[in-house]
Amino acid sequence: MRQLCKGNVAVVKGAILAGCQAYYGYPITPASEIAESAALYMPQVGATFLQAESEVASINMVYGAAAAGLRVMTASSGPGVSLMQEGISYLAGAELPCVIVDVVRGGPGLGNIAPEQSDYFAMVKGGGHGNYHNIVLAPASVQEMADFTGLAFELADRYRNPVVVLTDGFVGQMMEPVDLEFREATVPDKPWAVRGTSETRPNLLTSIYLEPDELEMRERKLEEKYRLVREREPRHELYQTEDAEILLVGFGIVSRLLRSAVETARRDGLKLGLFRPVTLWPFPSEALKQAASRVDRVLVVELSNGQMVEDVRLALDGDVPVEFYGRVGGNVPSVEEVLEHVVGGLTPKETA
Amino acid sequence: MPEEISVTAQTSEFELTHAKSAVFYGLYERKADLKHRTHYCPGCGHGVVHKLIAEAIEDMKLQDNTILVSPVGCSVFAYYYFDVGNVQVAHGRAPAAATGIKRACPDKIVISYQGDGDLAAIGTAEIIHAANRGEKFTVIFVNNAIYGMTGGQMAPTTLVGQKTTTSPWGRRPVNEGFPLHMCELLSTLEAPVYVERVALSDNKNIMKARRAIRKALEIQRSGLGFSFVEILSPCPTIWGMEPVDARRWVAEKLIPAFPLKAFRDAKPVLPPDTPPPIRPVPEVLEIAGESTHVARKSAHQFQEMKIKIAGFGGQGVLLLGQILAEMGMREGLEVSWLPSYGPEMRSGSAHCHVCLSEQRIGSPLISQPDVLIAMNEISLRKFAPSVSPSGLILYNSNTLPADFEAPPAHIACVPASQIADMLGSAKVANMVLLGALLEATGSMSPETAKRVIADKVKRVELLEMNEKALETGAQYVDKEAWAEAQPDGFPY
Repeated sequence: MRQLCKGNVAVVKGAILAGCQAYYGYPITPASEIAESAALYMPQVGATFLQAESEVASINMVYGAAAAGLRVMTASSGPGVSLMQEGISYLAGAELPCVIVDVVRGGPGLGNIAPEQSDYFAMVKGGGHGNYHNIVLAPASVQEMADFTGLAFELADRYRNPVVVLTDGFVGQMMEPVDLEFREATVPDKPWAVRGTSETRPNLLTSIYLEPDELEMRERKLEEKYRLVREREPRHELYQTEDAEILLVGFGIVSRLLRSAVETARRDGLKLGLFRPVTLWPFPSEALKQAASRVDRVLVVELSNGQMVEDVRLALDGDVPVEFYGRVGGNVPSVEEVLEHVVGGLTPKETA
Repeated sequence: MPEEISVTAQTSEFELTHAKSAVFYGLYERKADLKHRTHYCPGCGHGVVHKLIAEAIEDMKLQDNTILVSPVGCSVFAYYYFDVGNVQVAHGRAPAAATGIKRACPDKIVISYQGDGDLAAIGTAEIIHAANRGEKFTVIFVNNAIYGMTGGQMAPTTLVGQKTTTSPWGRRPVNEGFPLHMCELLSTLEAPVYVERVALSDNKNIMKARRAIRKALEIQRSGLGFSFVEILSPCPTIWGMEPVDARRWVAEKLIPAFPLKAFRDAKPVLPPDTPPPIRPVPEVLEIAGESTHVARKSAHQFQEMKIKIAGFGGQGVLLLGQILAEMGMREGLEVSWLPSYGPEMRSGSAHCHVCLSEQRIGSPLISQPDVLIAMNEISLRKFAPSVSPSGLILYNSNTLPADFEAPPAHIACVPASQIADMLGSAKVANMVLLGALLEATGSMSPETAKRVIADKVKRVELLEMNEKALETGAQYVDKEAWAEAQPDGFPY
């Protein structure tokens, strides 16, 4: 049944449909409705909900539940996610699957609670210590908040890795119809888990390897896993790219603005196309390269001072000029503003 | 006494001459070398504590059911030795991780093994809150008043005057504060069932420690609640003492500072608990019910309608937007509702953006609304200039402000708050405006509005008032509301 639902609430509904068994978290605007809905729904389906004393504790509760083989999640926003970074590194190091939702807010420090996409580096490039990657999904609608949370659990279990759903205050706070369908979730076997049984007694979950050779082997093994993920899991969405002369690139809520910009521009005869990375790690570099192969230039728009643009430039490697337009502080550019920037960037010949 | 099993290494590489519990591995294969012995220094208390725990697990037949959580500190490698399920965790976070494990496996035995830096410094919040929640696991807290693994820095339990590498002049309370007494702290909480401090100063005290560990595990096995055993323990290497002197130092210095005692040995009194009901998933997630889709007789007259609603907090701005979005959804449209949120809302003004469209919605953010519903003057002044020239402004008043420069849009003044007051509640002003909007634009059916409202408002008299508000708004806008000069080409 289609229902009108808030993005943050959809996260929890998607999680429960994916068989999430435990939620540990701490409130923070603009992510609090995730904890609130988890508190309301999880116990009613026999799952655990606990409000922890801090994000530091939440992520370590997640670590414990994941070690015991549960499908488990937490959610927060920038400042809280900063506190979780140590735990995320441990989860990656011990190869424990879990889902972390980051409803990004504005600024460094306390900033504000308005939307930004400025946690891109923190979640996509690391944030915690050491050689590791999170798998990062970027929903752009309320439906995707539910669907990607479910997908996140699958990917987490498939690769024994933390998966981040990176979204922002707008997608978290907005309401849209979602179509949710119940089917019995299949949680895969986890023979590596520690469950206090004779079969799992020999199991050890740890991230400490004192011997350099041993740790190097361990990190090589992780890298091999990441290579597989890079090969298999990049996801993206194209809109009107076939004959595009200018390619707009944006993720999450920005991809929605850019979609409108493409529509508006095409009504005026300006051939814009949209490339939307759906996975931020692995970054869909190959697909982007292809989509950008026939365009004159690329404009990356972000609610940051320019983070994903680095991955776009790496992917395109100088083949096409890449420009950047960003707004921060919770300001979100209007369609008109983006188009002004597009036209402003055109040479007289191109506008003629 | 537990039955001790003599273990002889199968490989015959090493000859083991001591007896040890079967809860220890025969050979410590997880170690890089010297697999027949532990990494602990001679005279270290960890060996004794390990042995007491292993023997308790063995005697209580818990080996297959135990999960040991190793901390950061000298005992980071406890999993080298204990042949049970093992999870190693971040510094200080063992009580949080153990919470996640125990709640996942409530009928298993979970032991959080922690040192003083781990538990009483970096992990203070985690241990206090785990204890306060009455988590049903056991914490073994080894207190040797120093950081061992990192080589002798000050611990939260370092004694006043005690020299360490980071308190080279002796611990000075004016600078570093006093030693933390964890048992005393935790026993101020209501939830813990068992909190006791013991010591490894001599054999008699070791036997008391043995009993305390068994009691803690027994409490956990019975599901009674949180159990905590602090063990004052020698660290001869870092203290710079012979093992025998180190034991004596425990007796002469540590015990006077940290008195041995059962601080708590009682079940907490819990109020009666009503757990939430367990219901089928589709019901809980509200995905089971009848479809609310409304079949429309004729197609919508618009491809897309962008509505901005603004006013004071408490005027039902956000709710009005939600009702419009819900109506659009039920009439088969794509919809989005985007609120202002947070401090802005709390400081007294609120607005939201509602998009209704026949197609997939791009930006949910509206820069040029087709319709502005301004519930107060601030909103009118702020947002009216952005309204599409062919758009509509509904203003909550019977007249425009005298100095207001009207933009080239249609403007209807509807004194919704006054009408709502007359109907009996200021709260239905938003419904007056909804009625006016539906009448002025014909965008969606008033019947759909009534159904949506009926689903949200359960009290009959309130429902009637809401419906009356809808109707009055519609009548008013039909007859009286239009500001004078209206542009041509009204699209709806």
